Formats: sequence, structure tokens, C-alpha cells
Amino acid sequence: MKKAEKITFKIDEKTCYAWPGQSIVDAARDNGIYIPSLCHVEGLKPAGSCRICNVTVNGRNMTACTAPVGEGMVVENDTPELNELRKTIVEVLFVSGNHFCPSCEKSGNCELQAVAYRYQMMVPQFPYEFPVKGVDARPDLILHDRNRCIMCKRCVRGIEKDGKAVFSFEGRGGEHLQISMDIDLASQLSEEEAFEAMEICPVGAILKKERGFAIPIGERKFDKAPIGSEIENSVEQD
Amino acid sequence: MSKKILATTSLAGCFGCHMSFLDIDERILELIELVEFNKSPIDDIKTFTKECDIGLIEGGCCNSENIEVLKEFRKHCKILVSVGECAIMGGLPALRNGISIKECLEEAYLNGPTVGENTEKIMPNDPELPMLLDKVYPCHEIVKIDYFLPGCAPRADLIWNALVALVTGNELELPYEVVKFD
Repeated sequence: MKKAEKITFKIDEKTCYAWPGQSIVDAARDNGIYIPSLCHVEGLKPAGSCRICNVTVNGRNMTACTAPVGEGMVVENDTPELNELRKTIVEVLFVSGNHFCPSCEKSGNCELQAVAYRYQMMVPQFPYEFPVKGVDARPDLILHDRNRCIMCKRCVRGIEKDGKAVFSFEGRGGEHLQISMDIDLASQLSEEEAFEAMEICPVGAILKKERGFAIPIGERKFDKAPIGSEIENSVEQD
Repeated sequence: MSKKILATTSLAGCFGCHMSFLDIDERILELIELVEFNKSPIDDIKTFTKECDIGLIEGGCCNSENIEVLKEFRKHCKILVSVGECAIMGGLPALRNGISIKECLEEAYLNGPTVGENTEKIMPNDPELPMLLDKVYPCHEIVKIDYFLPGCAPRADLIWNALVALVTGNELELPYEVVKFD
């Protein structure tokens, strides 16, 4: 398709192009602009659950993963106010779970940690909750650690076995809300599916067993460059 | 310029942050031109003999002695810095925070697989031992902390950059690679 069939809009003064119906977060990425997102993965139905992709359009904040681009839209993204808001959201996520980075196998490849690095979180401004959460290590190939879960629903939307969801919400409507794992389905996951399950989780809540610390410190995904820099350094195609 | 006075301590820590501090290598020669150590394991001065400019705190608070030492540091140091994950969020000792003290002690002294002969079922009970707290606390939930240096341990370059910035009053340089939580 030619550029003429795309919608024109702006992010922070930059003229950008999007396909009709494309979300702001996906369109921004195609235009070399990083909008942080934790719950959003391209190809999965947007959930808008982590709120970190908040952008300002027409003076109102909205989640860029659920809002489609409109013709002539003016999006504010990299502003001090939004970046402070995003940092605060990361801080809330850190204190409301048990995120012991030094002992976590996902450290260095964790998107939550990477966003905290990007926004230079030195310490959360809120008191640590240290909630009591369970670990389920029954399946042969994966383990599920709710201590690190940020309720992004990526596993609920993206991990299936024979067309059935392996993970789902349970205890809706109160403080008992958590992600539950279907132990029968989880036990049937193949090596490859187990690896994909780990990859779909942005944090260390779903891990492939016997794979921890496979990559040395210094060579992991976010050791050398901030999350999003791969998008910002991508060469614009059109 | 007179030297700034520096104090350091390890509360519920593993001394890893102090080891990382020593990883500044030969810059320690520059450091002693910039600062004078007071209470610190580095020079083995055990009680404050002067009011200090900077206090570096490694480790969180897991017992009553940690609280006492931390409050002492707050009293005698103009600037307090939480150094490392344990000081900042409790760190690995805080893994016990979801478990009751009774359960922890029973596992450590009675039922654990590495417990040898303890036929009299004794748990450490000397009155001189500090009392364990109900959970491990980050330092800034006990006293006011002015700055935070994350890492497990914080990179030597981060500790060095921060100290130099504090002593000279120049802006702290924070390259991406030096601020890590592990």
C-alpha cells in the first residue's frame, strides 16, 4: 500500500503514519517512536491493564495500546508529566508484588525492570507491601510464581494448549484476584511451548524450568541499552 | 577544601556492597584524598568519634540492633545513602517477610534438613542477642534516607560516581550500564 492510504497524525511534533484501525502504540513503533508498554504484545488483543502506555490526546490521557489512531490526531508522549506518571506506575507495580531482582531468573530480561531502568527508578516512593503469594511448580517444564505477577494478562491472552487457555483470572471482584494455572494443560506443554510461555510473560512469573541464568550478566537483553532503544534506532522505512 | 567525613555500615547485608565499594581499585588512593573515614568496617572504628558528612548504609533492618545502628547513623550523618537492594527494599533477607518468625526459627534451629543434634530443642535465647523484627524493613521505612544507589551489589562505578558527586557538589553521572537492580 502507498502512504496515501495511511492516516497522518503527530506524536510530539513528529509527523507519523498509521494504518486505519492501528493502535497508537503499534503505529508509534512503526514510526520509530517508543511508547512504553508492559501488557501489550503485538498480535494479542489489547487489554489496557498496565496503564504505562498512557499518552495525552486532546488534553486527556488514554492508553495507547487500546486507542486507535485517528486522522490528524495530535499525541503527546515524551513529556515530563507522562514520564513521571509512568515512573509512578512502575513504582506501584514494584511495591505491590515481591520483586526480588537479585534472585530472579528473569533479571536482565525483565520488561518491568527494564522500564524502571529507563525511567531511572532508584527507589519506589510507596511502602513495600510484601504480599503473601504462592508458587506453583507442579508442571514438569514451567513454574508459576505469583509473587512477580503484575496482572498484565499476557499469559491469559497468549498461552494456549490445543486451543484452550492455560492461564486465567480467578477470584474476581476483590483482593483475592489472581492468575490461576490449569495444571493439566500446563503439564502438557512441549519444550517449545514452555519456552514461549516464559517469553510471553514480561516478568519472572512464568519461567521455563532448568534454564535459569543461562545468559551471563552483561549480555542479557537490557544490560547495555534501554528498553525501546531498538525501536528508536530502527531505520524509518517510509 | 577540608575532607568530608564518611561512615559506613552493614546492617542485614552480606558485605557485598562493601566489597563492591573496594572494587573502585586504585581510586581508593584518590578517595582518601577526598574523605576521612570515621565509624566503618573499612578502618574498624566501632563508634562515632565525629559528626559525619556522609553515611553509607548497606543492608536492611532485620533486628533491633540494625534499628539502633541506623538511628545512630541518622543522628551523626548529614547525608544518608541506602546502598544496594537490601537497604532499599530488604533484599534477600526480606524473602522471609511472608513467613512467621516462629516458623523461620523452627526451620533454622529445629526442623531444617541441615540441623544437626539439637536434642534439647534450644533456640538462641541469650538476652544479649538482638530481637528479630516481625519482618525485614527497607532503611527508608525506619529513618529518612537522602539518596539511593540500587544494585546487588551496586556497581563500583556507581558508588564512586555518587561519592565524588556528593563530595565535590558536582552533578551525578548515571550512565545506563551502572544502574542495575542485580
